[in-house]
Amino acid sequence: MKHILLLWGLLLMATAQAQTDSTSAFNQLFGRDTTLRTKDQQLKLNMDATYDRPFLTANKMPVSVGGYLEANTQYMQTDGITEGLSFQMRRMTLFLASSINRRIKFLSEIEFEDGTKEINIEFAALDIELHPLVNLRGGIIMNPIGSFNQNHDGPKWEFIDRPLSSITIIPSTWSNVGFGLYGKKYTRDWVWAYEAYLTNGFDDQIIANNQNRTFLPATKANRDRFEESFNGVPLVTLKSAIKRRRIGEIGISWMGGVYNKFQSDGLTLDKRRRVDVWALDFNTTLPMGTYINGELVWASIDVPSTYTQQFGRMQQGGWVDIVQPLVRKRMLGWNKAVVNAALRVERVDYNVGTFAETGDPIRDDIWAIVPGISFRPSPTTVIRGNYRYHWQTDLLGNPPARTAGFQFGFSTYF
Amino acid sequence: MKKTTLLFLYGAVLVFAAVACETMLPGTPADDALLDGPIAELTPEQNALFLAGDAAFNNEIFTPATGLGPTFVATSCGSCHAGDGKGHPFTTLTRFGQSDETGNQFMHQGGPQLQNRAISGHTPEQLPKGATFSNFMPPANTGLGLLGALSDEQISANADPNDKDGDGISGVPNWIEPPHFFKSQWYHKPQNGKYIGRFGKKAAAIDLLHQTVNAYKQDMGITSEFDPEDPINYAVSGQAGDLADDPEVSSAKVNAVVFYLRTLKVPVQRTPNDADVVAGKALFMSTDCGKCHTPQWKTPQSDVAVLSNQTLAPYTDLLLHDMGSGLDDGYTEGIAKTAEWRTPPLWGLGLAETAQGGRVFLLHDGRAHSLDEAIRLHGGEATKSRSKYVALTDTDRAKLLKFLDSL
Ligand code: HEC
Ligand code: HEC
Repeated sequence: MKHILLLWGLLLMATAQAQTDSTSAFNQLFGRDTTLRTKDQQLKLNMDATYDRPFLTANKMPVSVGGYLEANTQYMQTDGITEGLSFQMRRMTLFLASSINRRIKFLSEIEFEDGTKEINIEFAALDIELHPLVNLRGGIIMNPIGSFNQNHDGPKWEFIDRPLSSITIIPSTWSNVGFGLYGKKYTRDWVWAYEAYLTNGFDDQIIANNQNRTFLPATKANRDRFEESFNGVPLVTLKSAIKRRRIGEIGISWMGGVYNKFQSDGLTLDKRRRVDVWALDFNTTLPMGTYINGELVWASIDVPSTYTQQFGRMQQGGWVDIVQPLVRKRMLGWNKAVVNAALRVERVDYNVGTFAETGDPIRDDIWAIVPGISFRPSPTTVIRGNYRYHWQTDLLGNPPARTAGFQFGFSTYF
Repeated sequence: MKKTTLLFLYGAVLVFAAVACETMLPGTPADDALLDGPIAELTPEQNALFLAGDAAFNNEIFTPATGLGPTFVATSCGSCHAGDGKGHPFTTLTRFGQSDETGNQFMHQGGPQLQNRAISGHTPEQLPKGATFSNFMPPANTGLGLLGALSDEQISANADPNDKDGDGISGVPNWIEPPHFFKSQWYHKPQNGKYIGRFGKKAAAIDLLHQTVNAYKQDMGITSEFDPEDPINYAVSGQAGDLADDPEVSSAKVNAVVFYLRTLKVPVQRTPNDADVVAGKALFMSTDCGKCHTPQWKTPQSDVAVLSNQTLAPYTDLLLHDMGSGLDDGYTEGIAKTAEWRTPPLWGLGLAETAQGGRVFLLHDGRAHSLDEAIRLHGGEATKSRSKYVALTDTDRAKLLKFLDSL
């Protein structure tokens, strides 16, 4: 691990030395976008991420194939104990899209996670435009909750790990069978959009799982969820987002439904128990070119009062990423290479509340900071190094387990 | 700042990071700051068994699908014994139904333990009318292998049922009817088919297998080959209504957990040579605390090499003592009287607050919120000893407490 870092550091120092005309290039750099955020994207929203991918260029119609790949190595240590150096093939995702007609599109996204441990259809939907304000979407869709769930492609991020609250409170990638509507309204500097879907939803594994906490992603273990709803009650997801050119985007979203099997064969088994998730997402680019992106999430779960307090009735979390382009110029033969510094601060609290017995706060939370540096030889490819430090406090609030380590990896569209 | 400078700085930071790699990774907490972890010098074979037990104890979370409940108290051993330390009021459990030595009168109403939680769609147990009860705070699980390796003869040697030495302290073993799966060992010495209990607040479990099988069943509603019946909520029906296949844990797993408990390391005393700690220990002995909280034992030969011929300082005699009416809940187990409690080991006491969420909850039900309060609540046979403690000067008392905190 040490050696990888050393190499990377030395390489950067060498690059720095090699640069001659510094000031002008430096001035060009700030105020510029560095990753995938180019001028024509000024009015693109998080919801557009599915169709806003490099493989979808006009000349490739009518059927296009693409995808992305994410792999890394990491060396992590928790309170002095390490599992050693490991190499991870996080995911490979294949996109297959077709424009059946100018106003009818199909796109699918098939993901292979951790090698072939998990193979998921994350998205496979048909979009039919009736009017810019009324588009029909049906199939396996990604529920529009927060921003990350829909905008999760590895190459878009300067960080190797996905944000904790987006994968453990919002169970990204959270896709379900269903259908709904979306639409957009543009003015010169503004765009407003909405999304509204009915899909299959959660099941009772969210409070009966091997995590020993309320854990919404546990539902994903249910392979039948693409075939039938666990309880016949649809999950409703609503999102509205607004974006102002050169300022930024803000979105609010909600999804809610019933997670338990309250009846079977017409016989009552329990009362209906709800799960509701709210999210707020935002992103903006400051004049210095600093890109700020974040998401906050709250979840409320009707856990039976006779069940254990181990399982939270309320959860909250969030993350903020700050990405600062440092250099944007021709480097090592790449015309528009960029070097970014990045910082993520994130937190999750899996059990918001107080113990009935003592009135003390229930903890079960994590804080993490992740500084990093990334090199983008081109906008669609990122090589990134992260240092991660996180503090995990148990339910009772005992001294936290501290985990830290180095991660180094790449992600690219193809 | 020039961009080259910036870039150079970044590179430099990374080079520094590489060099400082070790310091940027959280180190191992000191051995004396943690309760969990095996006794040193286990063989590779024993390490593997320990790890299997560790996984079953700490990582196996039961769900309705794997047999949890239908009524239960917690979802894993580790939920109540986090980090192998003491528990928290939220994991305290309730026992009920036995008010004298003649046995539990409420076995057919769900005794001896209340399962106060239930999986969805099921009803948790309620305390039956007229049953006396007591709340039990989970104890730490460290060093139990050595306590288990002592012989019955060693334990009875300290008993003084009729207080022959006239010090006001008697001390008796609890005699327990063994469960059908119990296997008598060379270090046991039964009387009329009953065995000395060593584990639990009332010393009602003869050995760690006994305690573990009961914990699976009574604390989590998990059946094993040793005890294939789920707990029953008699207020609802005489049948458990659990749909998971029995047994819900294998014997191999139960045995691995027992091995794990046997080979958890002994808490390491911090600053044993500090002058105040040394003086505090002398005061602990001179105020007669050591008459129940026996400071030293030596194990005989054991089947596990690392448990053989070891000197240990658990500060318990494993005997029952009448602790006075203040600590009498009117509930008991085995032949213990309701005011009688087994002397708890004091090793690891200084780490209680790192397991109990930054506070301490001491005595059998966690009612004492400091060491001082726990000692002042001693009564019965410990009345004289408590008076001596109370009569100490403030500085001497502080030294005694500092000694307890070093354990
Ligand atoms: C609901 C919380 C809870 C759970 C779950 C639980 N325990 Fe306990 N444990 C306790 C309490 C309370 C006591 C004291 C019980 C007594 O006096 O009988 C205890 C006592 C013990 C003891 C005796 C310690 C001593 O010093 O005498 C052992 C060993 C033990 N538990 C092991 C286990 C194992 C193994 C499991 C899982 C199979 C487990 N426990 C699950 C709460 C729990
Ligand atoms: C007569 C025997 C006896 C004597 C003498 C005695 N203790 Fe105890 N001690 C006990 C018993 C039994 C308990 C458990 C009582 C309960 O749980 O309700 C206990 C509990 C404790 C506890 C709480 C431990 C825990 O984990 O919750 C502390 C601390 C303690 N004793 C310290 C002392 C000190 C210090 C002295 C001397 C001043 C002393 N004891 C004298 C028998 C005794």
